[in-house]
Amino acid sequence: MNTNAKPTFQCSGIHIHIGEKEVVKGVDLTVLPGEIHAIMGPNGSGKSTLANGLMGHPAYAVEGTVMLAGEDVSAMPPDEKARKGMFLAFQYPVAVPGVTVASFLRAAVSAVRGVDVPVREFRKELLARMEDLEMDPAFAGRYLNDGFSGGEKKRVEILQLLMLKPRFALLDETDSGLDIDALKVVAKGINAAASNDTGLVLVTHYQRLLNYVHPDVVHVFMEGRIVRAGGPELALELEERGYDWLEPAAAAGGV
Amino acid sequence: MASTPTVADIGSDYSRRYGFHDPEEYFMRTPKGLSHEVVEAISLLKKEPEWMRAFRHKALDVFLAKPMPTWGDTAMLSEIDFDNITYYVRATEKQEKSWDEVPENVKRTFDRLGIPEAERKFLAGVSAQYESEVVYHSVKEELTKQGVIFLDMDSGLREHEDLVRKHFATVIPAADNKFAALNSAVWSGGSFIYVPKNVEVAIPLQAYFRINAERMGQFERTLIIADEGAKVHYIEGCTAPVYSTNSLHSAVVELIAMKRARIRYTTIQNWSNNIYNLVTKRAVAHEDAVVEWVDGNIGSKLTMKYPAVILKGERAHGEVLSIAFAGPGQHQDAGAKMTHLAPNTTSKITSKSISKGTGRSSYRGLVKVRKGAHGCKTSVQCDALLIGDAARTDTYPTMEIAEDQVRVEHEARVSKIGDEQLFYLRSRGIRDDQARLMIVNGFIEPFVKELPMEYAVELNRLIELEMEGSVG
Ligand SMILES: Nc1ncnc2c1ncn2[C@@H]1O[C@H](COP(=O)(O)OP(=O)(O)OP(=O)(O)O)[C@@H](O)[C@H]1O
Ligand SMILES: [Mg+2]
Repeated sequence: MNTNAKPTFQCSGIHIHIGEKEVVKGVDLTVLPGEIHAIMGPNGSGKSTLANGLMGHPAYAVEGTVMLAGEDVSAMPPDEKARKGMFLAFQYPVAVPGVTVASFLRAAVSAVRGVDVPVREFRKELLARMEDLEMDPAFAGRYLNDGFSGGEKKRVEILQLLMLKPRFALLDETDSGLDIDALKVVAKGINAAASNDTGLVLVTHYQRLLNYVHPDVVHVFMEGRIVRAGGPELALELEERGYDWLEPAAAAGGV
Repeated sequence: MASTPTVADIGSDYSRRYGFHDPEEYFMRTPKGLSHEVVEAISLLKKEPEWMRAFRHKALDVFLAKPMPTWGDTAMLSEIDFDNITYYVRATEKQEKSWDEVPENVKRTFDRLGIPEAERKFLAGVSAQYESEVVYHSVKEELTKQGVIFLDMDSGLREHEDLVRKHFATVIPAADNKFAALNSAVWSGGSFIYVPKNVEVAIPLQAYFRINAERMGQFERTLIIADEGAKVHYIEGCTAPVYSTNSLHSAVVELIAMKRARIRYTTIQNWSNNIYNLVTKRAVAHEDAVVEWVDGNIGSKLTMKYPAVILKGERAHGEVLSIAFAGPGQHQDAGAKMTHLAPNTTSKITSKSISKGTGRSSYRGLVKVRKGAHGCKTSVQCDALLIGDAARTDTYPTMEIAEDQVRVEHEARVSKIGDEQLFYLRSRGIRDDQARLMIVNGFIEPFVKELPMEYAVELNRLIELEMEGSVG
């Protein structure tokens, strides 16, 4: 981590409405290159809404400013944000039947890098990254997320993270539903991305991921706000005490 | 079609009664419309045997007597003006058409599909010759060695009259439906194929190997016979838009698969959007035979097409794999029919449709199992993809099962290009239009992978064109 570095990601005054309902009620966050932030919070508190909204989900009304490496990307559609170096690993990746992992990723990589990557070169890179993640090469020919197990979907999200090499990545519960081996593999991918200067925000429910990935900052997210921030020890405290003790902070409107 | 004489009225006194000395000349100045005179002239011009002439006239009577179908898109059907159609156009006349007459949008599409000049003219009906002449000759030699007959239907009738007479209209009699009757009366062109016992034709036979102006005829008639143990794959059409000034196309295709024979019939057609495409396709599969219809329909104003397999011998297998793309203002009414007459026969129907804008696609299917046909299995799967809020799809599946020991599976799914799918792809940097195209191409992938390479590439390109500007 380089403390003199300019933020790779910065958002301020983020409010998100879904329909009439305000789900995210004012979030500010700054992430430096190579930094890992964890966001922990109860079910339904709005973590995924925040992640999807920041990425530019068309169904959400997002207020506030989103900056990527100093550039205001607030008004950009998701594909443009992605081409600027933003990435979201989905909590529930959708299936796209008939489109293979390889052809999808080639399109994505070409779009993000702004050049058509030759097939052979791409294939070589893809197979290498799949090997890093201990994936069966047969996955390259399978239809994207179609019939994948929960753990397989998460691995494919990490595969995309490694192929697209974003500046900034939001990972929404990429550690959920993984067996121990898969968890280690996913952690390896996250650490590899961080050491490549990608700034990361991990939404997680479990301290166990943090045994393998060492966050610089842990945020507690409740009722649409970040109510507390701290070091890795905060994650341990949450594991022990739950969220109840932070209720007053949440009611008071956060930090 | 006022005073139409019946068959008996027409005979050797043709020239005296109608005053034409030269039927060819008759055609130069014949008015539009359908009558026994027209039918007579077609038969005379082709110098057909008596039985075929009689067959045509009888079929015309059936056509005139039969009411229009009361199902399907009756509103669109009722717009067909039978009196305003030219039922037979001589090849020479077709060639006289000029490139300038081909509409701009068709030319543009040729451009964008990258169709070579010579082929474009051929496809647009401007030229009757196609550069594949050389290819055709080498193919033909190989086929002749194997005893395979591959001709246009008119030549087939001239050169192999007995074989044609034995099988012609045995699968689809003239009285089958109004449009089969129409085709039977005025048919011209189409393919005639006979594959002898145990001969496997190694390459797919393609209609455009035939150097013949009538391949694009509006009333094509195709008959394919695969003798015992024979194997053949026939491909009809291509993805270039078929432009025609004639608005009605009504083909009849009959397939006969003898014991252990295999026939696959692949169609990719992209009609210009003024065309009614009303086609009857049916196969008979004898013991252990396999018949597969792979059918892709794009364009046209209205398509009504339900490839059928009659599973006549034990353990015969029938399959229909189809896609339909209905763009704005178009109606694709497509489906399949499987008739299980013998025990242990199996069938599979996979129907995929895409409706875009105000396009509409319907699946209309019929699976019949006769009493006593035990141990049959059938599965039907219909998937519809809607693009935009005005797009429409309906399914009309019918099952008539008269036997208990049968396994039936049916599944129908309607999907839209989902917001979540789009968001997912776009969050990876893929632009909106490319993301939509990806989803559509993924949807038809099970169909595309059954096509020979060059067709698969063309089809994907075509879908790309069809998808352009389809936001919402
Ligand atoms: N499309 C929607 N329509 C209505 N309400 C929604 C919609 N999407 C999310 N919500 C609501 O917004 C709130 C926040 O949901 P969100 O998915 O962001 O929670 P989360 O913190 O990610 O929860 P979890 O830990 O269970 O993943 C929930 O009450 C949820 O029901
Ligand atoms: Mg969530």
